[in-house]
Amino acid sequence: MPGRFVVIWFRFLEADRVVRRQPGMKDVPFALVLPQHGRMVVKAVNAVAYKHGVRAGMVVADCRAILPSLQVLDHDDDLVAKTLHAMGEWCIRYTPVVATDEPDGLILDISGCAHLWGGEGPYLKEILSRLRAFGYHACAGMADTVGAAWAMAHYVPGDVIVETGRLTEALMPLPPDALRLPANVLSKLHKLGLHDVRSFMTMPRRALARRFGEVLLMRLDQALGQAIEPICPIKPIVPHQVRKPCMDPVRTAAGIEHVLSNMLEELCRRLANEDAGLRYCVLTCYRVDRDVQQVKIGTSRPSRDVAHLYKLFEQEISNIEPDLGIELFLMEATIVEALSPEQEALWNTRANTDKELSELIDRVAGKVGGDTIRRYLPDEHYWPERSVRVADGLSEKPVTIWRKDIPRPVCLLPVPEVIDVTVPIPDYPPMLFRYKGELHQVVKADGPERIEQEWWIADGLQRDYYCVEDEKGSRFWLFRSGHYGTTEPRWFIHGFFA
Amino acid sequence: MEPLLKKEDIVKALQKEVLSMQRGGAVALNDQSATGLGAIEEAFPGKEFPRAAVHEFISYDMGAAAATNGFMMGVAGKLMPASGVCVWVGAKRTVYPVALAQFGIAPDKVIFIDPPRKKDVLWTIEEALKCEALQLVVGEVGELSFMESRRLQLAVERSSVTGFIHRKNPRTENTVACVSRWKITPETSIADDGMPGLGMPRWHVQLQKVRNGKPGSWVLEWRNGTLCYVPKTIIALPEVHTRKTG
Repeated sequence: MPGRFVVIWFRFLEADRVVRRQPGMKDVPFALVLPQHGRMVVKAVNAVAYKHGVRAGMVVADCRAILPSLQVLDHDDDLVAKTLHAMGEWCIRYTPVVATDEPDGLILDISGCAHLWGGEGPYLKEILSRLRAFGYHACAGMADTVGAAWAMAHYVPGDVIVETGRLTEALMPLPPDALRLPANVLSKLHKLGLHDVRSFMTMPRRALARRFGEVLLMRLDQALGQAIEPICPIKPIVPHQVRKPCMDPVRTAAGIEHVLSNMLEELCRRLANEDAGLRYCVLTCYRVDRDVQQVKIGTSRPSRDVAHLYKLFEQEISNIEPDLGIELFLMEATIVEALSPEQEALWNTRANTDKELSELIDRVAGKVGGDTIRRYLPDEHYWPERSVRVADGLSEKPVTIWRKDIPRPVCLLPVPEVIDVTVPIPDYPPMLFRYKGELHQVVKADGPERIEQEWWIADGLQRDYYCVEDEKGSRFWLFRSGHYGTTEPRWFIHGFFA
Repeated sequence: MEPLLKKEDIVKALQKEVLSMQRGGAVALNDQSATGLGAIEEAFPGKEFPRAAVHEFISYDMGAAAATNGFMMGVAGKLMPASGVCVWVGAKRTVYPVALAQFGIAPDKVIFIDPPRKKDVLWTIEEALKCEALQLVVGEVGELSFMESRRLQLAVERSSVTGFIHRKNPRTENTVACVSRWKITPETSIADDGMPGLGMPRWHVQLQKVRNGKPGSWVLEWRNGTLCYVPKTIIALPEVHTRKTG
């Protein structure tokens, strides 16, 4: 089946990308370089530098000799690939089948598309003028085969459209490089004086195959449309989104609830097919008067349970003001994570425990805020404030044991409070202390336990902790901050023992 | 004699039935209970610690609050299986997670929720009590009205989660729908073998109210991971502080 292809070549893809972000670089000659075997090698240049003779593959020192004002930036392969992919996705507006041609081209299968833009000429012009308006140096070729279109884009100046059935004539005057041949084949061809396609096109196939390998024949056939060349189209990621336009504006809570459960069912069905669950979901309501209302929910674990997600949204419904009515609902799962049917068990107390627990956490987080829910894990520090740390979510397990061998109070004040004491010096626990206006007489005491400040974390004085018991039997954790010496150390209360 | 015995049996069976109905159908866990509470369990109907119920604890100062927390942790450690999960709710929570390990609870199995508003505290406690995946919910509140406590009791009757409500400094000791009311105050500890210094945590535990049971008061000590009874005779007077200055 005859097809029709456009190949777009971005001559200075990476440099154009830089200029788009930093418009000031437009008239500055610059090169994008990468260290290679201890030298800085140019990977890409911009148009200005190209005009002065700087080419990819040169060493930066040589380029500086040619053009002292050359600026040097870092080259990034991934970024180029990402840019190209993004351009490919953008081109899907012109044809459903777009493939990337690494490292700097796009292949568009335009069979049956051009007439929508009023013919091939206006179609190609439209694409190129848009791309050039973005600031990219784009060259294009249109032909019946990918190979021919590639050759036109790269080796014929101007935007060439090769009419159907005129491939051979178009290819004949081009150099063999236009056939996308490996370097060793090309050098062999040039050595033999075969400087254009015309010179070897009519040679016997067996002779060509013997001298230059099958690859030359394959490329020639692909360019002439005698062999099929597969392309790998870009598949854009479809966002996890559900739209619900309403014939009549929805104004009541009951109506919103109904729409909500329908949308959740649809979304969860899709998530179930993909073995995924959502972590964050946004419901946007477009009102008749163009106002936009938004509610968001988050879950502590990926979920695709309609009932649970509905419950989370239910808490938020009262925040939506329908006013004159909502005409469009848009639900989007902005964060989606894999959720296998047999999710790793967290704590096996009963079947379904994990799910029930994380659903409870989600409900509470939705109402009072996720930052109020904490789980603690042991941390290897003696300093009391640092000996626990907040765990990341529900499934993190402790890597060290909880210390039981040192006395630690049941209640710990978040910040130690200053107390007035009567104390024998230098190293005794207090005899009396006053805390919140109440006098406590110390009857028994244990200690001291000295805890040094960790100098690599913070500055400060060491603490000498004493466990004391007053005449009523209440037990306290007191400490003296610092030594007796030049300054008077202060006493603090830090906790209460059971 | 024969018919008389039969009558007693019938009465016992009926009492048991009534008891299970009063608990809202929650199954008695007599075999597994082994709470190690000994004489305290005698105070409860059926001689077992009620699990699917809400217990009220009252404390008036920080020392008593710490003692109450200690006792709650001790009982919780006995009630919860090793894999059990606990939720601890409170607006101004001071509980230090490290201490939980000493009372037989893995602190990483406890989820702490600190809602900033009092209204949210009660809502969170109620939601947690409804969650069957939990073993225990500890809530720290100030005031608790009868209606609020009734809601909590209804929640546990369905889910059979144990609830401990710790009321700190309440204005009044109003009637609430909890199954029991505890008041725990610290008791002077005595170190082993007449050594100076602090002994094991010792508390004066008062069970002031208990539905269908006998209130009582005990002195308990937390020793080697269990609650031990201290006979009245060994409770010595506090020793006089004799250390001299300097």
